[in-house]
Parts: sequence; structure tokens; C-alpha cells
Amino acid sequence: MVDVVDTAVEAVAGIADGATVMIGGFGTAGQPVDLIEAVIAGGVRDLTVVNNNAGNGDRGLAALIREGRVRKIICSFPRQHDSHCFDEEYRAGRIELELVAQGNLAERIRAGGAGIGGFFTPTGVGTALAEGKEVRRIDGRDHVLEHPIRADVALISAFAADPAGNLVFRKTARNFGPVMATAAVTTVVQVRELRPLGGIDPEHVVTPGIYVDRVVCVPQPPLPEEEGR
Amino acid sequence: MNRPVISDRPLGPDDLAALVARDIPPGSFVNLGIGQPTKVANHLDPADGIVLHTENGMLGMGPEAHGDDVDPELINAGKVPVTELAGASYFHHADSFAMMRGGHLDYCVLGAFQVSATGDLANWHTGAPDAIPAVGGAMDLATGARQTLVMMSLLTRDGAPKLVPSCTLPLTAVGCVTRVYTDRAVFDITGDGVAVRDRFGTSYDELRDLLSLPLLDRTGP
Repeated sequence: MVDVVDTAVEAVAGIADGATVMIGGFGTAGQPVDLIEAVIAGGVRDLTVVNNNAGNGDRGLAALIREGRVRKIICSFPRQHDSHCFDEEYRAGRIELELVAQGNLAERIRAGGAGIGGFFTPTGVGTALAEGKEVRRIDGRDHVLEHPIRADVALISAFAADPAGNLVFRKTARNFGPVMATAAVTTVVQVRELRPLGGIDPEHVVTPGIYVDRVVCVPQPPLPEEEGR
Repeated sequence: MNRPVISDRPLGPDDLAALVARDIPPGSFVNLGIGQPTKVANHLDPADGIVLHTENGMLGMGPEAHGDDVDPELINAGKVPVTELAGASYFHHADSFAMMRGGHLDYCVLGAFQVSATGDLANWHTGAPDAIPAVGGAMDLATGARQTLVMMSLLTRDGAPKLVPSCTLPLTAVGCVTRVYTDRAVFDITGDGVAVRDRFGTSYDELRDLLSLPLLDRTGP
């Protein structure tokens, strides 16, 4: 059953200290900034966060890290030109980093949502990121064992939802959203548009509502095509 | 294209990108890494139907976006705004890396800190103790693409060779690189060893002196 709520604060209610939280987005594209800011306002701390990056600029995930709410981050690419919030926390030893190759990160989340107990992948074999992990030769090629990632909560952003929780995404803002939606106990989605039941063609649904628990519509600045460019 | 390419001076990044572009067969699916490899896109002939993949979930990526075309939800792996071409498609991250790992991507072109004589690649970690590590999609690309091409300068700023007997920096993937494009020469990593394929302002003997590894001369008759 999907709850369509009125505010981001209601959408993120109930996240416990110490929770594991998946946060969608690749850089700022698809990052559910309004949900993250509601989490910050709620005061929850000691989080383990799963994201591709570790925050950009000073808003959203960057602010969550700057405020000292993140104990550990699992990501593929923390260091960027605008990752100063993470850089400072990391250099001060206040945040733990688990670095995962990006495809392994996506597949570990997918496995988590799909009930897979682990998988063997060629990515990372012979590198520092495979140290201490089981390696098995399959069809003449070495593969390393990677384990699934599951979360208490997934916070993602989509383009539109209907009251059944069906989601459609937009362009490269889709990125981790659909797989994260499958891998958490509670999936919370911020959308730009809320459509009536039947307002999304079933053939176009990217994430079926079975994976979605709460939806909040948060108005956003107009998109390029909406400005008639 | 006709080989070898011999020029009387080292190649700049744009000329080198043009050379890479000429080596990519029509109809290929290609991922261009961040930095110098991005320039390859400027030299692809649209008539060749080469489809660019970006690991953040798109096939059919067009050129960098400017002005009114900038859309914060349409970016490449370097988080630079880009455009979409007719026939483009979007997909989520697990699909994006499945198509890579599953051997559907014909080429990736990556930058490198070091490449070994057996095609090991080091391009994600400088090895500096205070560096914040960041791997992104490099390991998946190098491992998953059917062919991994490298574009890099032959020497570091300090004059040390980057094509080496074995990598001293942390590895990205083992035995993945098939060809190395540098400002001084193009090298094929073959089962027999490192073969010089093209030379730019540098003689075969000079290359042998610069690099502390055995070379095969495949530049000409």
C-alpha cells in the first residue's frame, strides 16, 4: 500500500539512528534533495549511506555529511571537484568509506532487491578492491564474490508517480533509483508530478508500485522543455 | 585505415583523438572515459553510426550541451551536461553495467597513469597516502568492454615512462588493455609483447631508450 503524503518531513518520518539509507542520484542528477533536507531537519544520526558519490556542493547529501549525520558511506566515487564536505569529514577521520566499483555497487543493490545471496563478477579481480574476497575461476576467467546490499530506507527521486506508486523517470536522473527502490524495507520517493490513477501508461512504468511505500510531490524549477525552449 | 602513421613531431590531444576515432569501426558501441578520451567524440563521423554509451544510463549520447540546451538531468559520466541523439535510450545503473560486463560494449577508451607490458591498467589511484580514493566505473569498463583502448602521454611530467614492465600503482584491471595511444607512439599489447604501431616525432630507437621494456617494431616494411 502506497502512502501519498503532503510533505517531505512526513515522507521521511520514522528513520532510526543507525539506519542504512540508500540515496539515489548520480552527482546531483536524480538526487532527492528535498527528502535529504527533511532527514537533516529530523535530527537522525549515525547513518550508513549508500550512494554513487559522497555529495556535491553544499546541499542534499553534502549537507547531510557536513552535519555529521553519516557514520559510513558506501560509494564508488567520493572525490570530485565539489566534494569538499565529504573531503573534510574524511580527512578528519569522522566518516568511514567503503569504496565499491560502480557496476559492483549497482549489482550488489540489485542483488539485494532480487533476493540473491551474492554473485561472482570479473570486475575488481586482481585489484585492491578484491582483497580478502573469495575468487573463483568460472569458464576460465577469475571472478570475485560480492555480497548484496540491503537498506532500511531508500530515498529516491522520480519524474512522476501515480497513487499506485508506479514511477517513471527522466533522462539520466533515473540512474540508481529503480534498483534502490527494490532493495530497501521502506522506499520513499519524491516526484515532480503526481498523476491520477491511470495517468501513467502501464507500458511506460519503470518502477512498479510494489517497490514503493511513500510518495511526496515536491514542485521543482521548470525543465528546459517546459520553458518552451 | 592505412598503417603505420608516422609523423615528424609528437601528436597533440586532438590529433591523437582523431586517430583513435579513425580506428573505431562503424556501428560500434563505445564508452569514452573522462578527460582526454572525451575528445574522441569530436572526431567520429555521424555517418558511421557509432553509438556512445555513458555509464550513468544512456546510449546515443550526443555532444556537450551549451546555453539553453543544458538540462541538469541529462549529464555524462563526468557530470557534464550533454545532449541526446535520435534513437537514444535511457536505463538504470544495473542495466548500464550489465551491458558492459556482459560483453555488449565493443570499445572503451580510458585515460591511464600506467599501463603494463601485459595490458594491466592503473588509472584510479595515484598511490599518494593522503589521496581520497575514487574508482567510479573504471574497473567495470576496463573489465567489461570487449576492447580497452588507452589514451595517455607516454611520459609523466617528471619524464618517467607510463608504459612499464609492471604497474607500480594500484591496478584497475589485469590484462585488459589492447592498444595504447600516446603523444609519441601507438602501441599494441600483443601475446608476443609490446608492438610499436605508429610513431610521432620519435624514432624506434628513441622509444626503446625511453622505455625499459622490449619492443617489437611493427611500423613498417
